[in-house]
Amino acid sequence: MGTSLLKLVAQRVALGILLLFAMSVLIFVGTQILPGDVAQSILGQQATPESLANLREQLGLNDPAYVRYFRWLGGVLTGDLGKALSSGQDIATSIRGRLWNTLFLAFWSAIVAIPLAVILGLIAVRYRNGFIDKLISGLALASTSFPEFFIGYLLVYFFAVKLQWFPGISTVYDGMPFLERMKAIALPATALTLVVLAHMMRMTRAAILNVMQSAYIETAELKGLRPIEIIRRHAFPNAIAPVINVVMLNLAYLVVGVVVVEVIFVYPGMGQFLVDHVTKRDVPVVQAVGLIFAAVYITLNIIADVAAIVANPRLRHPK
Amino acid sequence: MSVTAAPVRRLPRIPIGAAIGLVLTALFFFAAIFAPLIAPHPLGEIVGDVWMPMSSEHWFGTDNLGRDLLSRMIYGARTTIFIAVLATALSFTLGSILGFTAAVVGGWFDMLMSRFVDLLMSIPTLIFALVVLSVLPSNLITLIMVMGILDSTRVYRLSRAVAVDINVMDFVEAAKLRGEGRAWIIFREILPNALSPLVSELGLRFIYAVLFLSSLSFLGLGVQPPEADWGGMVKENKDGIVFGIAAALIPAAAIAALAISVNLVADWVLNRTTSLKGGRGG
Repeated sequence: MGTSLLKLVAQRVALGILLLFAMSVLIFVGTQILPGDVAQSILGQQATPESLANLREQLGLNDPAYVRYFRWLGGVLTGDLGKALSSGQDIATSIRGRLWNTLFLAFWSAIVAIPLAVILGLIAVRYRNGFIDKLISGLALASTSFPEFFIGYLLVYFFAVKLQWFPGISTVYDGMPFLERMKAIALPATALTLVVLAHMMRMTRAAILNVMQSAYIETAELKGLRPIEIIRRHAFPNAIAPVINVVMLNLAYLVVGVVVVEVIFVYPGMGQFLVDHVTKRDVPVVQAVGLIFAAVYITLNIIADVAAIVANPRLRHPK
Repeated sequence: MSVTAAPVRRLPRIPIGAAIGLVLTALFFFAAIFAPLIAPHPLGEIVGDVWMPMSSEHWFGTDNLGRDLLSRMIYGARTTIFIAVLATALSFTLGSILGFTAAVVGGWFDMLMSRFVDLLMSIPTLIFALVVLSVLPSNLITLIMVMGILDSTRVYRLSRAVAVDINVMDFVEAAKLRGEGRAWIIFREILPNALSPLVSELGLRFIYAVLFLSSLSFLGLGVQPPEADWGGMVKENKDGIVFGIAAALIPAAAIAALAISVNLVADWVLNRTTSLKGGRGG
């Protein structure tokens, strides 16, 4: 029993690692699809053929693509992400602090969003088809249709400019006191929460409603349990697995939301870093940051699968 | 009496939400199509000071360079909707043809396509788009291609799933037995029967294209100045927000309004088509 569980989990993790390798190929190929190369983009249009040839030699661009891929991959695996073209700085060093900032922001958004989404989802099920359910569904429709920057700038306009409760630009620095840091990320974290909340809530509602259609729920209703008790004692424990799945998948959604939200609030994280370097056409940085985003996304998906296997014994015995 | 009674009786069948959505969607498309005729000022004309407040002369005020914001909004509708429509069209053509082909041909082609789509879908679309846009030239064709191709993965999955079901039905078997080619099977047998689930997906994909384009332009990687779509206009005016100038909120709200309207219409169409089939939900 225990070994079969471990085996399933190991299989899932192995699959994830395989996927991550495939992803590194995809990202590498994605940045090689143009005839113009890195040397051209560093030196610009006025470059002489000699200086181009020199730089190509220096950067190793004359090697075939697969050699360059394995050199890059080898570097990534040993923690060497290369140097940025635009600044010449070591990418791994400049990323470290930003990765921490992004994770900090995503963590606190998740801490607020997850319980809120589950509770609102439960309430929507309890008052199904009632006024509250309709209100919650309406808000969900609105928030999935709103672009992130609309939510973000509305927050800035009202809470930073009109009420002046929080700063509209989230400056953080090393050694910043915790409370000040929390105040700085209050608005971006709220924006991120609102971005993922609706989706998470709708899927939680669907997952619990699905359980509510089982025969044992009907039995509980017939023996006269109060609706909220039915949800708490019978429906929720069985809905935990799908809800965990929903939550993890939406945390992966945070990865995307974070890019736009960081730009709105000028927050020094990975998303802003990525956008800046896409604009500068700094390929090594884009490859590195893209790969890290992909890794986070894939890891969250693996955790979702593993959590589902652990929470639901039925998944441990594939037919 | 009976002549006027017929349309009056039919009106209440449209729910209020769908009616609002329909009117707004029509309005946005009207603005997009007839932009040069209804815009009070040309796209780039500077008409006054920077960020003038709303007035009877300039309904939405002026933007970061003193251009009439209402006129720019109307031209922006054109750019936004035009690109989103083209990207959605590309995504549907590519996704459905490949999806149907994979379902009909099966074997290694299906395997290869499906695994590749799985791979593309296991990275967030925005992140991969940013990676690719870091090397591609910034012009409209690239933008539409990137948006269309990345989004076609979702259409591929849907149309393959639908086509796999249809492919085993008797009339398709009959067509195969009478010796029709694959093209006939795909376009004459499967396509007409797969149309209704695909059409209900169309609205959602269009909304997604609008939001995706707006995000890219907001990040400075979509439509390039002097052309402007709504996302780009949010970017142009965003610096005013911290001074309490709400100009950036107007294009942002327009994107939200367009997305909600199309959503409401798509919902209504979806409910109607499913109830017409005497189906679920009712």
